[in-house]
Amino acid sequence: MSVDKFTTLTSACVPLPIENVDTDQIIPARFLKATTRDGFGENLFRDWRYDKENKPKSDFVLNNPTYSGKILVAGRNFGSGSSREHAAWAIFDHGFRVVISSFFADIFKNNALNNGLLPVQVSGSFLAAILKAVGSDPASKLEVNLEKQEVTILSTGQKEGFDINIYKKTCLLNGYDDIDYLLSIREKIVEFEKKI
Amino acid sequence: MAKTLFDKIWDSHVVTGIKDGPAVLYIDRHLIHEVTSPQAFAGLDKRGIRVFRPEKTVATPDHNVPTVNQHLTIQDLLSRTQVDKLTENTKRHGVQLYGLNSPNQGIVHVIGPELGFTQPGMTIVCGDSHTSTHGAFGCVAFGIGTSEVEMVLATQCVLQQKPRKMRITIDGTLGKGVTAKDIILYIISNISASGGTGYFIEYAGSAIRRLSMEGRMTICNMSIEMGARGGLISPDDTTFNYVKGREFAPKGAEWDKKLAYWKTLVSDPDAVFDQELRYDAADIEPMITYGTNPGMGVGITGSIPALSDIPETNRLTFEKAMHYMGFENGTAMLGKPVDFVFVGSCTNGRIEDLREFAAFVKGKKKSPRVTAWIVPGSRQVEKQALNEGIDKMLAEAGFELRQPGCSACLAMNDDKIPEGKYAVSTSNRNFEGRQGPGARTLLASPLTAAAAAVTGRITDPRDFL
Repeated sequence: MSVDKFTTLTSACVPLPIENVDTDQIIPARFLKATTRDGFGENLFRDWRYDKENKPKSDFVLNNPTYSGKILVAGRNFGSGSSREHAAWAIFDHGFRVVISSFFADIFKNNALNNGLLPVQVSGSFLAAILKAVGSDPASKLEVNLEKQEVTILSTGQKEGFDINIYKKTCLLNGYDDIDYLLSIREKIVEFEKKI
Repeated sequence: MAKTLFDKIWDSHVVTGIKDGPAVLYIDRHLIHEVTSPQAFAGLDKRGIRVFRPEKTVATPDHNVPTVNQHLTIQDLLSRTQVDKLTENTKRHGVQLYGLNSPNQGIVHVIGPELGFTQPGMTIVCGDSHTSTHGAFGCVAFGIGTSEVEMVLATQCVLQQKPRKMRITIDGTLGKGVTAKDIILYIISNISASGGTGYFIEYAGSAIRRLSMEGRMTICNMSIEMGARGGLISPDDTTFNYVKGREFAPKGAEWDKKLAYWKTLVSDPDAVFDQELRYDAADIEPMITYGTNPGMGVGITGSIPALSDIPETNRLTFEKAMHYMGFENGTAMLGKPVDFVFVGSCTNGRIEDLREFAAFVKGKKKSPRVTAWIVPGSRQVEKQALNEGIDKMLAEAGFELRQPGCSACLAMNDDKIPEGKYAVSTSNRNFEGRQGPGARTLLASPLTAAAAAVTGRITDPRDFL
């Protein structure tokens, strides 16, 4: 088993400049009843995206055809709250491969990385620069380069580096999976158990 | 080198480290429920492997279960499928399940401690962010995603980056009518819903020491609501007395050996924390939230901030929250109307919470405008409540005790607050739609919930004490 490899992505982006987007907004609890990982994208941001009659709300960005792309750009403290991995599955299933924010909640960050969805943390000012670029031209593209750990706003040339754990970077670049690694060291785990 | 309590537990569980990467952390106890485990078991099946250490995991259905007529088949097909899947998966892999009709069923974070499955010094995980609850026993306990649930089932380990350490000290004496829930809501309102991100928090100080295990669990439970990976409290006689004699607790000579070890679980006097915060218990009043994250809280006699008090970059988010809640900036909390009251959840669904609520409403009547759902955290809590006559006290005041589960805390079952209605809830999250689409949640203690339940308005419980 493996996750999708990630190297470089050049794409337009979808701006969601709201802070503290919690995982209950990303995927409400009533849509967590599946027993497989598939199909959660349909209910991504369900209550922001659809009204009571299940009609798309025209003022929500995912329903605005002006914006598209594989990069979601969100406000500070993205993915807070519940540990539901379904949030990462829903974002990935909808077609996003990168989420950019100025701050991520811990559990969400781990869940995203475990599913080949790259969380990119940038400074508040760079986030503002991205939102400004998208504001003036919705088609403006970003380049996310994992190897170089760099995001570039192609229309302005502004760029910023981002941090990622070297182990996780290697996993994503190669499509490795944590469980494969842990299974490979089971003997070490058994040895450890003898000491406790 | 001097170590914090967190360092001592973490370091003794590191199997190996990955260069420039996370640690391989051994997990002593794993709790699973019906919502975040099916895909993990499916992963094992796909790899053709079995659960590595089945005796270190226990399972119970809680998120999805109805809180009435639990002896009947679950009506919601999808919920029933998840619960059935948990039964099937645990049976196939030899994992202990406390099913719907077991006397030990309940919310995972209520039953772990009740069974003595939770013990000081352990590493504990669960596919649920409120796993931080178990930190009350001096454990390194934290929530994980489903991929990590699969890792634990497959290898009894997870890969984790060691968090930074924060200590929050609360000294002094709590005022009348001020409880553990108010302490934690006060802390979160001070440091915000993201102020603890990247940290593991140790709670210390005389006000924490005086709390019961139930109160300590309430505090540690909401560590995640400030973004922290978890929270913990050094174990003491209160802890040891709680654990002793429980089903999974060590017995005889083994108890003495464990107890000697547990007594070493303190932060060394010269241990260094990455951040230290101090509060005075006397400054805390009963708390209530007004917005759509747990950091948006005020003392009950306080007011919602004026827009001019909010930093410019946060105004869009603040105004969105005010619009959702139907509140005006700058208005007082006292006197606002309340439609629903929910008492329960892994935060405040334990016996002490039911006792406090029942003692408050005794001799009073539920307000006719309020619908109240009182949901015990577990079968054992329910049984104890019946033994103590709490059900009768509640009935006389116009309340009814339901059956255990997560219930309206996340509204996965039928316990949903209707759109636009105001609910004072003892649970942990006031996010948009958390208690049902369009539901408006105000987080508070069981005492403040009781005061709202009898008056139909946001009311200072101290007025009645």
